[in-house]
Order: sequence, then C-alpha cells, then structure tokens
Amino acid sequence: MDPVLLSRIQFAVTAGFHFIFPPITIGLAWLLVVVEWRAWRSGDPTYVEMGKLFGKLLAFTFAVGVATGILLEFQFGTNWARYSKFVGDIFGAPLAAEGVFAFFLESTFLGLYIFGRNRVPKAVHWLSILMVAVGSVISAFWILVANSWQQTPAGFAVRHRRAELESFWGAVFNPSTLPRFFHTITASLVAGAFLMAGVAAYRVLRNRDDEIGRRALRLSVLWGLVSAILVVFPFGHMHGQQVARTQPEKFAAIEGLYTSQEGAPLVLFGLVKDRPPQLRAKIEIPGLASWLAFGDFDAPVQGIDEFPVDERPPLWITFVSFHNMVILGLFFIAAMAWGLLQRWRGRLLEGRRYLKLLVFAVPLPVVACQFGWVAAEVGRQPWIVYHMLRTSEAHSQTVSAGNVLFSILLFGVIYLFLGALWVYLMVREAGHGLQPAVAKEVPA
Amino acid sequence: MDLNTIWFLLIGVLIIGYAVLDGFDLGVGILSLFARSEHERRVYLNAIGPVWDGNEVWLLTGGGALFAAFPIVYATVFSSFYLALMLVVAALIARAASFEFRGKLAGPGWRKLWDWCFGLGSLVAGLLYGVAVGNLIRGIPIDESGNFTGSFVGLLNPYAILVGLVGLAMFTMQGAAYMCLKAEGEHLERMRRWTQGGWLAFIVLYLLATIVSIFAAPHAFQGVLGNPLFWVLSLVLIVAVVYVPVASRAARYGRAFLASSGTIIALVGLAAVGMFPRIVPSSTDLAYSLTIYNAASTPRTQTAMLIIALIGMPLVIAYTAYIYRVFKGKVVLTEDSY
Repeated sequence: MDPVLLSRIQFAVTAGFHFIFPPITIGLAWLLVVVEWRAWRSGDPTYVEMGKLFGKLLAFTFAVGVATGILLEFQFGTNWARYSKFVGDIFGAPLAAEGVFAFFLESTFLGLYIFGRNRVPKAVHWLSILMVAVGSVISAFWILVANSWQQTPAGFAVRHRRAELESFWGAVFNPSTLPRFFHTITASLVAGAFLMAGVAAYRVLRNRDDEIGRRALRLSVLWGLVSAILVVFPFGHMHGQQVARTQPEKFAAIEGLYTSQEGAPLVLFGLVKDRPPQLRAKIEIPGLASWLAFGDFDAPVQGIDEFPVDERPPLWITFVSFHNMVILGLFFIAAMAWGLLQRWRGRLLEGRRYLKLLVFAVPLPVVACQFGWVAAEVGRQPWIVYHMLRTSEAHSQTVSAGNVLFSILLFGVIYLFLGALWVYLMVREAGHGLQPAVAKEVPA
Repeated sequence: MDLNTIWFLLIGVLIIGYAVLDGFDLGVGILSLFARSEHERRVYLNAIGPVWDGNEVWLLTGGGALFAAFPIVYATVFSSFYLALMLVVAALIARAASFEFRGKLAGPGWRKLWDWCFGLGSLVAGLLYGVAVGNLIRGIPIDESGNFTGSFVGLLNPYAILVGLVGLAMFTMQGAAYMCLKAEGEHLERMRRWTQGGWLAFIVLYLLATIVSIFAAPHAFQGVLGNPLFWVLSLVLIVAVVYVPVASRAARYGRAFLASSGTIIALVGLAAVGMFPRIVPSSTDLAYSLTIYNAASTPRTQTAMLIIALIGMPLVIAYTAYIYRVFKGKVVLTEDSY
C-alpha cells in the first residue's frame, strides 16, 4: 500500500475526529460565561445548577478533545517529516504559541472551574470559565494561523530548500487567517448553542417544568440565531471572497465552476461528473457567483479548465461537502429564527415537534464543521502548502506503510470506542437531576 | 550565549517542567495499580484531578517548541521513533480518558477497565519516555543526510530499557512523594514506604545506568569534567537525592517532594550537559549528529519564539502556582470529584 495515502487517511481520521470536540468546547464555554455570570450576580440556584450541568458536559467534551488532540501535535513529525523540515521555520511557532498562550490557560482554569466552585471566591470562579473561553479562542486562532499558512502562505522566502521566515506578522496574518478565524469561531458558537438547545429541549420534553431546560432554551435560541447569522454573513461571505481571490482553483471546485466565464452562476444543485468535469441536472442562478465573489454580476471567474490537470483539487468531494455545509448553515438560521419567534410569542415550550427537532439537530453543526473542513482541506490538494509543496512529496520516507497501517488501526479502534462512549454518556448526563413530570401538569 | 543555546536551554526547561509535574502524575497512575479500595482509587484520581491536564500541556508545548526551534530534530526523532511514539500517545489517551469516563457509570467491570487504562497508561508512557531518552543519549543510527536507518526493535536495546527503568523508578518516587501530601492514615504510611522504596530502586538503577553509560555512550562524557555546570548539577543531585529519604522519615513531606523534584531537575540537567551541543547523536558516525546548529530554525524564528516565551511563560507559571495553592492539602472527595 501507498504510505502517502495511508498517512493522509490517518491524518484525515485523527484530525477529523478531534475536530468534533473543539467547536462544542468553544461554543459551550462562551455560553457558560453568560450562565455563570448570572449565577454569580443573582445567586439564583437554578443558574448555579445550570452551570454545573453544562459545566460537566463541557469538561467531558474537553477531556475527549484533549485525549484526541495529543496525537495531532506529533503527527506532523511522525508522518510528515519532509513537510516538517520544509515548513519548520514557520509552522512550529504557532503550535508552540498555542501551547504557551492557550493550552495552559484552558487546562489550568478548567480544573479551577470544575473543582474550585467551593474553594475560590465567586468572582474568581467566574473568571476561571472566562479564561477557559478566552483560551479556547486563542487556541483556535493559533491553529488556524498554522493551517491558513498552508492555504495562503505568506511572510517567507524559500532558501536552503525550505521556507524561511521573512516577516512574523506577515505569516501570522496571511490572507486567509482572519476570515477563517472568524468563520470558525462563529461556527463554534453555533455548535455550542445547538448543544445547549438540544439538551434543554430534551429536558423540557421530559418535564415541562424543568427550570434549567426552560432557561437554557430561551438563552440558546437567541444566542444560536445571532451566531448562525454571523457565521454566514459577514464571515462566511468574507471567507468565500478571500478564497475566490487567493485560491481560485479551490473556489472553482467548491462552487462547481468548470469553465471560465463572465457572470458566473451560483450553482445551487448539481451532480458532479469528473472526466471531463461537468455538472448534470444543475440548478443555478446566473451571475450570482460573480457578484458574491467580486461584487459585480459580470465579473470574470476562473473555471477549473484554466488549471493544469495535476493542479486541480478533487471535484466531487469539494463540491458536495461545501454545498452540504451551506445547506446546513441556512437550516441553522431557520431553526433558530423559528425558536426566537416562538419565544417572543411565548410558545417556545409548546411545540413538541420543534423541541424534538432541536434534540436531533445537536450533531448537525458539528457535521457542518466537518463538511467545511473537508471542503477547505481537500480543496487545497494536491498541495500540502499551496503552490509550494505537494502532499505527495511531504511524508516521512523512513516510516513504512505497515507502520502507518498499524497506527491507523490502533487509533481507529480507540477513537471509535471513545466516540461511542462519549455520545452515550453525554445523553445520560443531559438528563442529570431531571425531576419526573408531575402528572397534573402534563397537558391534556 | 547565542539563540541556539538559549533554545536548547528553554526546551530543557520545558522537559524539566514536564518531567517534574507530569512525573508525579505518571507516578500516581503507577501507584494506583496497587490501590486497595475504591476509596483509595478515587483518592489517586482526585489527587491530580484538577492539575494533570495542565501538567500534560508541558509536553505539548515542548513538542511545539521543538518543532519551532529545531525542526529537523522534531522531524527526524518523531519519524524515527514512530511506533514507540504511537504507543506513548495511545497510553496517554487511555490515561486522559480514564479520569472523565470512570466515574460516569457505576458497574465494577466498567471501573476496572478505566483503572487499568489509568494505571497501565501511566506505566507504559513512563517506561517509554525513559527508553526514548536512553536512545537519545546513546545515539540512534542516522545517515549523513539525517535519515534514520534503524528499526523499532533496535530502539528496544538493553541500555535504553535500563534508562527506561531508571525513569520508572524516578516517577514512582516522585508520585509517592506527591501522594504523601494528599493521602491520609494508613494510605499515607504506605506512600511513605513507596517513596523510600522508589528512592532505593532509583539510586541502584541510576548508578548502574551511569556506569553502563560510560561504555555505551562515551561521547556524553567528553569534556564534562571541565564543565562547571556538571559539578553544580552533580552537587544538586547528590544533595537532593540524599535529602529525599531524610525528609520522608521526618514526615516533612513537602520537602521530600521538593527534593524528589530537585533530583529530576538535576538529572535532566546532567543529561543535557552530556549531550550539548548535540541533540541527537548519530550512532553511525558522530559527525552525522543533529546539533543545535545544523538542526535549527532561523534566528528570526527563534527570536520571535523567544518573545512569545518571555511573554507567555511567566503568566503560565503565575497561574499554575495559584492553582496549586488553591488545591493544596489532603484530598477531600465531594460531589464535584471524579
């Protein structure tokens, strides 16, 4: 078997599995900053209990994120030694900065937050969840700096057969860092809001009088709508425009634009055929892709045909994952807008079907994050560093295919086991402390 | 002092931070294999509950710093130690998961599973760290273009395993010294005996390993006798190591723990003195070794990293010290505990 392919599979599996957890952690941490603030200022026991419930879910999710994140810190060296040698002068610094500025902050203060509730002053306790939330955002920033540099490398010069740093800030704020940072953070807020909303809906469905569930529901639909809008506009839009400018072949692939044209249409639906690249049964809006990307309905957009065959990303997977992400993103806005409308009409607790929808929608923001990530990373192929280094020339030559196969199986088994247990135990914990509904209050 | 040397020192500091802090976590995990009751098992978990995750960050930051400051070492060592490193990571995952998963369900089989994950995960990780250090001291087969030409089995040589056992004894001593601050009653008494037993095993194995090293890794002794740092660290090592059982017998557990930590600091320091300026000696030909110069990133990157470290690390040390103060004292199990 091909060791490069195996290493790619391993990276996709381990990074993809890890990436289930951080968006939830980031989103939930910020919601807990709000909940714990109220608990502290009002002293209301319901908010205290709410903080404990969601604090436990946060700690549990964070732990699985930590456990699955360890490998990622080492995997560049173990499986991608030639890549590490090529980018080491640039890529290591953000990883180290993430450790210094974020991991220590998150881990230390999460311990204080979970175990220190009765040991430290209330202000310090609130500060500890704030530090967890701040740390999680700093962490996202630095890892996205590293990843964005692979997408749109800047601030360097190639010397001695490697990329050498020319400008630290140029590399940090390369063209895609900020759009991707804001897009990812707001997506994480959506993931946190849907988790809280799902848990709350689950509790209210079981017992309409569950005060934790009622308050969490009201908070999360408002929070969820605001973040679901932000993730699409302005941040998703900004990110799309940046890709159109800086990585035109990725833009062409995700949008399904296979021939260069002025006034490129926005493809809403299509069936991708690879050879030759074409879309069947497509539904499109003329000129809209040009307008979205460049603010002009007649702007020329490069199609995939303009790029050499060996520099094109895979078409099917990028198109499908990008479009699924967008569909989910629009669904999140609709779902939360409906919730907020119901809240204003005082009927948020009435619609059982809507509440059930919220329960089953919990995993969807995570699924959307995975689609977005696949579109971004597969869209970068065949490059590991865009236009600088090919993925096929970046793996560790001294690591055999057998070794990689062994580690894929090892971590595949561990991750499946952890993932299944995580889901099962999250559901169990979600109903923690729930009182059985009193018979007379069940609606007739 | 040039930037390369500064970064050699700073990575040494990160390794020391990790060895001292996660050292007691690993030791506590190893000791938990000998726990006598459910209550005792929970005391082990909760003794390190609020801090273990922060301690492990020293490893992640060390990995990142190595990547940034000496990328060639990061790439070469991690790809050379491929299978060993995968096993370490699997062990660390098992260990990390056990904290949160164990208490979530009540079944005895369930708890037993996570007890084994916690204990064996700590044991395997602790042993393999020493094996890795042993290989790095002795040197690994690297050819002239910096590629590893050895095998996984070759890394499991007797010398490396001996160093692995030194590490295991050291972590056990450190873990037991820490548990003396956390356990009570009969459990405390046993931890005291473990501190002294771990200490004895450490002394014997360390002396043996030092003698073997003179033959197995002669390059690590070149010129050290003329290096004042060698003498200072040796003195620290002797004072610290002698003081561990003295303090432990006198029931001065805080001091015994500091002495045990001092031992680890001196030991890592001495290993660094022996290796400098090499980071990975080549056992094929010493001239092919990776050094702080031929494996480094550019001065610009090392400067940027230095600024990051100077801003970040004092903050880290300050709030880490704070959290240790908050959780000072014996373990009290509450509803928030694991």
